[in-house]
Amino acid sequence: MGRYWSMLFLLIPILGVLTFVCAIADIWPMNGGAFAFPRNHWLPENINDHGHVIDSLFTFILYLTGVIFIGTSSALFWFMWKYDADRNTQPIRYTHGSHNLEIIWSILPAAALLFIAIYQMNAWADAKLRRPTEVVANREVLQKPFVRVTGRQFEWRLRYAGEDGEIGTRDDVHLVNDLHVPLDKEVVIQIESEDVLHSFFLPNLRVKQDVVPGMTQFTWFRANKAGVYDIVCAELCGWGHYKMRGRMTVEPEDQFKQWLAQKFEEQEKSGTTPDSGE
Amino acid sequence: MSGQGEMTVWEKSMSFVSTYVFSRDHKIIGLQFLFSTLLWFLVGGLLALGIRWQLAWPWSNMPVIGPMLFSAEGGQISPEFYTTLFTMHATVMIFFVIIPILAGAFGNYLIPLMIGADDMAFPTLNMLSYWLMWPAFLLIGASFFTAPYGAGGGWTSYPPLSAMVEAAPGSMSAQTLWLLGITFVGFSSMMGSVNYMTTIIQMRAPGMTMFRLPMTIWGMFITAILQAFALPVLTAAGVMQLTDRMFGTGFFIPENLVVNNSVAASGGGQPLLWQHLFWFYSHPAVYIMILPAMGMVSDMIACFARKPLFGYKPMVYSISGIAGLGFIVWGHHMFVSGMNPVLGMTFMVSTMMIALPSAVKTFNWLGTIWGSQIRFTTPMLFSLSFVAMFIIGGLSGIFMAATPVDIFIHDTYFIVAHFHYVLFAGTAMAVFGAIYFWFPKMFGRMMNETLGKIHFFLTFIFLNGTFYTMHILGAVGFPRRLADPYDYPTFAHLQPLNEFMTVCAILMVASQVFFAFNFIYSIFFGPAVGRNPWRCNGLEWTAPSPPGHGNFDFQPIVYRGPYEYGSPEADEDYYPQTEAPPKEAPVVAPAH
Ligand SMILES: [Cu+2]
Ligand SMILES: [Cu+2]
Repeated sequence: MGRYWSMLFLLIPILGVLTFVCAIADIWPMNGGAFAFPRNHWLPENINDHGHVIDSLFTFILYLTGVIFIGTSSALFWFMWKYDADRNTQPIRYTHGSHNLEIIWSILPAAALLFIAIYQMNAWADAKLRRPTEVVANREVLQKPFVRVTGRQFEWRLRYAGEDGEIGTRDDVHLVNDLHVPLDKEVVIQIESEDVLHSFFLPNLRVKQDVVPGMTQFTWFRANKAGVYDIVCAELCGWGHYKMRGRMTVEPEDQFKQWLAQKFEEQEKSGTTPDSGE
Repeated sequence: MSGQGEMTVWEKSMSFVSTYVFSRDHKIIGLQFLFSTLLWFLVGGLLALGIRWQLAWPWSNMPVIGPMLFSAEGGQISPEFYTTLFTMHATVMIFFVIIPILAGAFGNYLIPLMIGADDMAFPTLNMLSYWLMWPAFLLIGASFFTAPYGAGGGWTSYPPLSAMVEAAPGSMSAQTLWLLGITFVGFSSMMGSVNYMTTIIQMRAPGMTMFRLPMTIWGMFITAILQAFALPVLTAAGVMQLTDRMFGTGFFIPENLVVNNSVAASGGGQPLLWQHLFWFYSHPAVYIMILPAMGMVSDMIACFARKPLFGYKPMVYSISGIAGLGFIVWGHHMFVSGMNPVLGMTFMVSTMMIALPSAVKTFNWLGTIWGSQIRFTTPMLFSLSFVAMFIIGGLSGIFMAATPVDIFIHDTYFIVAHFHYVLFAGTAMAVFGAIYFWFPKMFGRMMNETLGKIHFFLTFIFLNGTFYTMHILGAVGFPRRLADPYDYPTFAHLQPLNEFMTVCAILMVASQVFFAFNFIYSIFFGPAVGRNPWRCNGLEWTAPSPPGHGNFDFQPIVYRGPYEYGSPEADEDYYPQTEAPPKEAPVVAPAH
């Protein structure tokens, strides 16, 4: 029986790797094969200039852990196969361990782990610490946000800085769940929450930031492909969490400006400024 | 007092109550924990099926169970009820199953037996630790049935959603009951951990030095230390949240909050404070939920490999290292929470480092079966699968420890995959193995091996079908805790994969019939066994099966560590800890 059990354990590295390969390469059964799986079971398309770093770190860790996974689980299989008491007539190796081995398999993983940690730091700093700057009156200052996103149960309220580039003035444009972003331009978004925790998640941009009531936070990216994308709420915010869905439209800058001006006009006409005093 | 041998009905029933109900015997208390937690395991599993049902076929009528639970909606899960489902699934599995089955059931049963003591250091405290679980059972059970919906704040209970009644109108008193219930679990665990630490330090048999303790006991010991130092923080935080809800204190509620159109009465607090306090306990709790399992697996693997455990001391240092580092990694749950990103870097380094002891342990398990003589018994299969699954769960942890990658996978199914590999495929499988392994000691009878292997095979296949695919969902960014994720165009195409997972999950739960039948049947009709059916070295195997009151019918004296299998010094391929070495032979065991 030991042989059958070993073979069951051999399936772990084989099927484990195969599942990922099928998902990454989009081959059967992940592309309309068994169970009528539709296509695309891997990272959604990245449209952020800064998102590639995250994707390549993900892939790097995947390959590294993949090699360790194949190595250790194959070793487990091989030992089970070879040292099955029904077949193995050799006496056991009476040993309590090996000092040298312990040192090797402590230092190697420690070095690898430390390397991964240090290797990540720059990408992390770019994503969360180094907010883009702009030059105003010969001084380098932090770039101003072009829109303020406020999470509330269960919608995203948006307040675009109007012509003056400032949020909180009379020419602001107020919208709900309808985020427009200029193409190929570094943008900064101010995010806040009005009530409970939410999380501002843009899967295609590799951006995620929890929004916390009482805190003002900023996130930034540079979208490089026009289209309509999802804004997902990724932090439980109540019963309606699942329907807190926004839409993000990426379009060339002139179109964006046109659209914003038009929205401002509509707002002026209807006179419904959703309480700008908040 | 009655005369000799004659007991009135009252006295008989009182003695029944004190022997089996309010018992102070660690073995009875251990079994009480075991039965209670196994029942809750079933409840938690069914709750999981509710979640899986909704994810595979959202808003469709659930057969059989649906009409019973929510006839008003025609057997359909409402979004409110969905939040209750995943809140309760996690609460039940963590606080009523994994923690108490490891510490409460196996800790209680095994600690005195494996160190050669007649009972715990504080039997009454021990009894209380079980009976304090009952208020928790009742409170959390009541919260589930509190109209109109149960607690829906997730098991992490993040404020302000959980701290403000207005934020989740459906969970008015349910959330309050939930918090009270968790507080009682805290009291119970606290009493347990004090008891375990004292017992392990004070009550070891002569000759049982710390470095002769089985790994199971080391796991329990480190767990008890983690509990004792981390739990008060959670209890305090829970009380703070309770006063926020009930008395308007505002520890976790910021200034001028408007929730659901009503202004918060209090303010000046910080929602992130809760997260720090909560994870200061709940990260060590992750190790509370795995270290004893690692210990038990080490014992089972050495026994069925018929070979000494490879690297005993490095193993001990590893779990001690985990305990130390375990207190400085909690921030890895908060990388995208709004916590200072600089702090995120520190937590990334400490989190990467805590992966190291786990790696060392894995290599040592592999070293143990290298050059061994493996007996493929049911407990051994579960133990080997623990190692295989722990490799997956450990490696997937590296993805989320890396802060930039975590930006994308945080709060997605990648995380769900990771912790189910550690907690279900890891701990729960180890617990199954441990039940098959120590069952003969607990009940004096064997469980059926064939049924056990069928149980293992089916559970193993279906758990991988359910949880491995979650990594793929996570790579697409599929978020957790959404009642209907398919509304998002990004995730709409993932429903067929979810259907596949749900089918696997249903079959996995169904496979547990083989276990339940085997367990109950064997208690009464399993073949009776002697003291040491597996031919193991541990002290517990020298006591009668099941051990009587006071455990040992002789005074155990310990001459060596528990892993002397295949020792050239011994005649058999095992060498019990109590067997005197041939030369010096001090023969008599002095009575005490
Ligand atoms: Cu939400
Ligand atoms: Cu953690």
